[in-house]
Amino acid sequence: MSGSSPFGRAAETAQSSDMLLRLLRVARGAGVRISVAEAIDAFESANAVGYADRQALKDALTLTIAKTFEDKQIFEQCFETYFKRENTALSGDLASKLPPPPTPSQGEGAEGEAQGMGGEGQGAQSALGQMLMQGDLAGLAAAMERAAEAAGATNITLFTQTNLYARRILDRMGLAELEREITRLRGEGNAELADRLAKARAALGEQARGYMERQLALFSQGTTREIREGALRQVNLSQLDRRDIQRMRQLIRDMAKKIAERYSRKRYRDRRGVLDMRRTMRRNMVFDGVPFRTVWKRERIDKPRVMALCDVSGSVANVARFLLMFLYSLHDVLADLRGYAFSSHLIDVSDILRRESSDDAITKILEAIGFGSTNYGKSLEDFCGMSLKHVNRQTTVIILGDARGNRNEPRVELMGDIFNRAGRVIWLNPEPQPLWGTGDSDMYRYAPFCSQMMTCNTIAQLERVVEELLANAR
Amino acid sequence: MSSTLEQKIPSIEAIEEGLAGQGYISSRQIATALFLAVRLGKPILVEGPAGTGKTELAKATAGFMQLPLIRMQCYEGLDESKALYEWKYGKQLLYTQLLRDKLGEQLREAATLDEALVRLDGVDDMFFSDRFLEPRPLLRALREPIGCVLLVDEVDKADEEFESFLLEILSDYQVSIPELGTQVAKVIPIVLLTSNNTRDLGDAMKRRCLHLHIGYPDARREERIVQTRVPHVQASLLRQLVHYVQNLRTQDLRKLPSVSETIDWARALILLNASQLEPELVHNTLNVLLKFEGDMSSAGKLVGEMTHQALRESSHGMAAK
Repeated sequence: MSGSSPFGRAAETAQSSDMLLRLLRVARGAGVRISVAEAIDAFESANAVGYADRQALKDALTLTIAKTFEDKQIFEQCFETYFKRENTALSGDLASKLPPPPTPSQGEGAEGEAQGMGGEGQGAQSALGQMLMQGDLAGLAAAMERAAEAAGATNITLFTQTNLYARRILDRMGLAELEREITRLRGEGNAELADRLAKARAALGEQARGYMERQLALFSQGTTREIREGALRQVNLSQLDRRDIQRMRQLIRDMAKKIAERYSRKRYRDRRGVLDMRRTMRRNMVFDGVPFRTVWKRERIDKPRVMALCDVSGSVANVARFLLMFLYSLHDVLADLRGYAFSSHLIDVSDILRRESSDDAITKILEAIGFGSTNYGKSLEDFCGMSLKHVNRQTTVIILGDARGNRNEPRVELMGDIFNRAGRVIWLNPEPQPLWGTGDSDMYRYAPFCSQMMTCNTIAQLERVVEELLANAR
Repeated sequence: MSSTLEQKIPSIEAIEEGLAGQGYISSRQIATALFLAVRLGKPILVEGPAGTGKTELAKATAGFMQLPLIRMQCYEGLDESKALYEWKYGKQLLYTQLLRDKLGEQLREAATLDEALVRLDGVDDMFFSDRFLEPRPLLRALREPIGCVLLVDEVDKADEEFESFLLEILSDYQVSIPELGTQVAKVIPIVLLTSNNTRDLGDAMKRRCLHLHIGYPDARREERIVQTRVPHVQASLLRQLVHYVQNLRTQDLRKLPSVSETIDWARALILLNASQLEPELVHNTLNVLLKFEGDMSSAGKLVGEMTHQALRESSHGMAAK
């Protein structure tokens, strides 16, 4: 940047900082979390390395902004696409679509010289018309960038806005004038030039739309995703669209990671005021037993042990899939996790879940358990036979099901056994509460033996359940 | 003040050269990180798999910038008294015992209780002065007159409380000692924190640091690293063994071999007078590279195939050059 006048430098800095701001927006949209403080750091480090060396700039920004390995990859990707876009507003094929430049010496898009050499611009008089007729690609690109800036093109959020913004760009580039000129030329009988101008105008329109599409891809990523994810959190899991499952899985993984981060940290709780005599003595032996250093008793916060019993029949299966997926992404913060699946009978699915990816796992489980009619009594009996001895005060038993046992014996007394041994029993029912107890639902017969009963049918509800599970651990 | 540090590293290239002079082959990103750390006065949080030279980076930096290296190893239960400062209780006790008579004399002269208290206050200040202060790594780093490289090793092993305590020092480069007042860094130290990701560090910590991820190096850089560390290795063998390790890293293993293992392997091969890789030889020395029984057996099955692949690739590389 040295050598330029103070004014030039200021302008240059302003331009670069605009560029940097836009880049940060793109990165945020792609899912990199950037705080304001980090944005300021980004500016400082960009100033430290300068804007001239692109590789250094990229390294510097990556170091300041992206704080995990994944973020780094995303950011580098953003950086590359962003600068690819920044380089040219026009894509290559405009040159071929424009009428051939009049003088052969005029190179395609040769900067600067086009303006001077085109002379009369082949008879076109409007500024835009001249540029088009001269094939002044550099000038057109600059004009389009300017127009896009003025039209606020980076605010585009939805696909349907592409045409609107493209039109605004063209307006600002002087489309009206060009159109008047075309009409005038036709009136004057100069149809040949008018046709050529009209053709060029169409090509330019296409370019503007293409430009906006690229803008959309770059800048709307974040907003569109936020809207979708917000909706997905509320959507009824049992009616989830197949194509959303992949997206949902990512969402769950992110949520689980956030929760795990929050709860993996605190392991001890200080009990202020109670002296730990034994450790105080040990610590102060160096001082001849004079207690300079006091040690206070601390309580260990136990990780919760979870047993999850999931109904995998029919409508509940989808919710079960996501609950299991959620719990298994949380294995870091759970001391012990056992998953069971049931329908007509119950099996232990912990191993399957640990080994397989979640999609295969659900299929495998369904294969293993078959499609019998749901029998809660038999399933509870299986569970008690298999694992009741492992249930203790630290255990949280989660049962996920609609409690519709097809009028089989519900074996409520087994539920009582579990409740007496376990720390907590949480029943999650995908059905809304007014439907509980109707028809063959045994929900209210199990109710006395549940510490909590909740409707759970969306990701948002699932998240709440899991978070409560961790918050209330002791 | 820090301008002297800045002068030592005028450009990113200068850092790369300086580190290379210390036998540390850096990547451009590593050099950029150091460059920024000095310019912005920010700590660098270095993450990456074990054995990729995170700790080594601090040593090399201290070496080429001619600054003292102060290292603090973190572990569970590390607290302020071990990281920042401690009073020399023993010495204080001993001195009060030895000076008891002197103290008695002083106090006897006092006419009133008030006067005695005033005199005692003066003594108290004497016992809580620099003389009885034991500076621990963090305080030492702040007190270095020409600055230093402070290496906070494996910060993820320390407790969360300690991490938040570090924040104060890392953002303002000052600490307050109740008895002595606020201690401000004479020269802002170059701080490197390393983490092996045993737990995720807090967001506040990450926000304050430059985040440098040192992964496994590419073949070119790894060759240069091994070359500087094991100068006697033949060029052809070097190329073969690096290619072998690079291929090994693409396998599904529990613990991938890192650069330090490559260096160990190169040394082992030289000791065995090997001039080129052979399946038999690789098989016998595989335990230098791999540290788990399961990895050994799964990689052991592929030894022949992978050795030939490495030989083939390295000869291609030669031809291309």
